[in-house]
Amino acid sequence: MSGVSLVSLALIFAELSLLAFGGANSVLSEMQRQIVDVQGWMSASEFSSLFALAQTAPGPNMMVVTLIGWRLAGPVGALVSTLALIIPSGVLAAFTVTLWHRFRDKPWRRIVQGGLVPVSVGLIAAGAAVLAVAADRDWRLAVITGALALVHYATKLHPLWLLTIGAVCGLVGFV
Amino acid sequence: MEPSTEHVDAGHKPVPSVGAIFLGFLHVGMLGFGGVLPMTRRMLVEDRRWVNPAEFVDLLAFCQFLPGGNIMNLSIAIGLRFRGPLGAIAAITGLFAAPALIVVTLGVIYERYAQEPRVAAVFAGLAAAAAGLVIGAALKIAAPLRRKPVSLLLAIACCVAIAVFRAPLSATVLVMAPLSILLTWQLES
Repeated sequence: MSGVSLVSLALIFAELSLLAFGGANSVLSEMQRQIVDVQGWMSASEFSSLFALAQTAPGPNMMVVTLIGWRLAGPVGALVSTLALIIPSGVLAAFTVTLWHRFRDKPWRRIVQGGLVPVSVGLIAAGAAVLAVAADRDWRLAVITGALALVHYATKLHPLWLLTIGAVCGLVGFV
Repeated sequence: MEPSTEHVDAGHKPVPSVGAIFLGFLHVGMLGFGGVLPMTRRMLVEDRRWVNPAEFVDLLAFCQFLPGGNIMNLSIAIGLRFRGPLGAIAAITGLFAAPALIVVTLGVIYERYAQEPRVAAVFAGLAAAAAGLVIGAALKIAAPLRRKPVSLLLAIACCVAIAVFRAPLSATVLVMAPLSILLTWQLES
């Protein structure tokens, strides 16, 4: 694809790297906003498909970033996106790990960490909503999303089984 | 904690080589399906015994405090501790090597076959399931907030700002994070 600037790609994922409080899922909504709404590099439903595809792979749950980079700008795009995701938060971690023993028992550390929980919850819920709106194009897909959300919440069934159930529903023509 | 790992004394273990760090995290990346945290713990604490259970919990708390993927940051901290910057690079490269190849292979398959109706239906089902998983994950971490109306309101405000009004994440976090920290602190002390 010619319209994709590697610099923009790097800047988007570098910013997400530093804003991912509460893990990868908390920046999904912003990732989608940047890639789909702001840059117009792909449709919302393609973003949801790529996210789903990345969830079937092993490894850190950020692999959607590598996949998006590859899809938009080939091997170089995959490399640039992945490094942009790793380096900012990684460098921060490398420089603060030696300070950790000095502030881990400080009261403010617990206050900050506890105070960020509602923000993380809201961000992950937003990511979930944005993905569901794009993925659930009819009521059958919405039923799959709703049912599997409840199963994932209430049981310890492995996520791969739930993804398999969704894929099989598509295969047998339920959707 | 398992009694078998309680007596491990990491201090007497030889420091792992850069190659061993790479291979350890390569293993985690290849086999950690649906969340790499349990796999990482098993590799670091039980199999290779590079850190003891208490050190693992402490390192994980550090990584959860910082932004970024928790296991990404954990691998960097472990690599750095044993072998400096080179160890950190070995750890993160090992962690990403196999999943990156796998995810790109899946992407190639997707690109080639996504237009076929049957394959498109499989992807539609898969995407609906993946959205369900993220909703389930949100419900899990929201559960402890059930009896905290202010925290719940803050979470809803964040969610609406991002999902409905599509506000930029940086601005939302800059406003909501200090507000949330302040209110949570005032209400719980």
